[in-house]
Amino acid sequence: MTTMTLAGIDVELNDEGFLVDPSQWTEAMAIDLAGKEGIDPLTEEHWKVVHFMRSEYLAKGSGPSVRVLGKTSGVTIKELYQLFPKGPAKTAAKIAGIPKPKGCI
Amino acid sequence: MSDPIEKVSIIISKGSLEGVYPGLIMANGARAEGIEANLFFTFFGMEAILKKRQSHIKVATVGNPGLHMASVVGALPGMSALATHMMEQKMDKLDIPSIPEFVEMISDTGCGMYACQASVDLFALKKDDFIEQVQDIITVGDFYAKAAGGEIIFT
Repeated sequence: MTTMTLAGIDVELNDEGFLVDPSQWTEAMAIDLAGKEGIDPLTEEHWKVVHFMRSEYLAKGSGPSVRVLGKTSGVTIKELYQLFPKGPAKTAAKIAGIPKPKGCI
Repeated sequence: MSDPIEKVSIIISKGSLEGVYPGLIMANGARAEGIEANLFFTFFGMEAILKKRQSHIKVATVGNPGLHMASVVGALPGMSALATHMMEQKMDKLDIPSIPEFVEMISDTGCGMYACQASVDLFALKKDDFIEQVQDIITVGDFYAKAAGGEIIFT
């Protein structure tokens, strides 16, 4: 666990770099989190996925897997990997300030 | 913390349902973690990428102790189809994709897909017998060159 200042707010991140308390998240923080993942700038397409991840998490208690993202977000699997080369569900969850999605597929 | 895995090359060598899925799940999971991945299909594992075969992959009901079915029963006509049907229904409920859909999806994640030259020669196959996602038919030497710098997993 590490403490960091993101967009002027002190937050705790777990060992993998996910926000410990998702309620602390702000859009300004997302830009800093994306920068840490090597994504700069956050384009409209990135935001579409990040917002989708966050709204799914708030509605269901967990973020979707890549397969579910590909089926339901309106962004194809190919595009998802172009936007987030280091793993779409994992990276977008991190930027959206939510826990890492679980599941094997 | 140990160094993270950055690259995996996964070999699928068996042509049964239970022989194909684990390698596919590992390849897909690797890409989801941002790990570079290649899939190499050899011998009967090539069933998963053959146009005519990939939709007809069955659970092995003979010589499969984990199924808790006597081999004499498993050998009865239709048993493999029945076991496969039951397994596919369960997978569908869990939203696990079928093999053709899964292979296409894994290709879309940017995972490399290759068929084994020796097996292609053995079964007298052509590039055209394979689904379009298969990039190339390669030798074992080519495979090791592609796998360089990563982990190799044989299934």
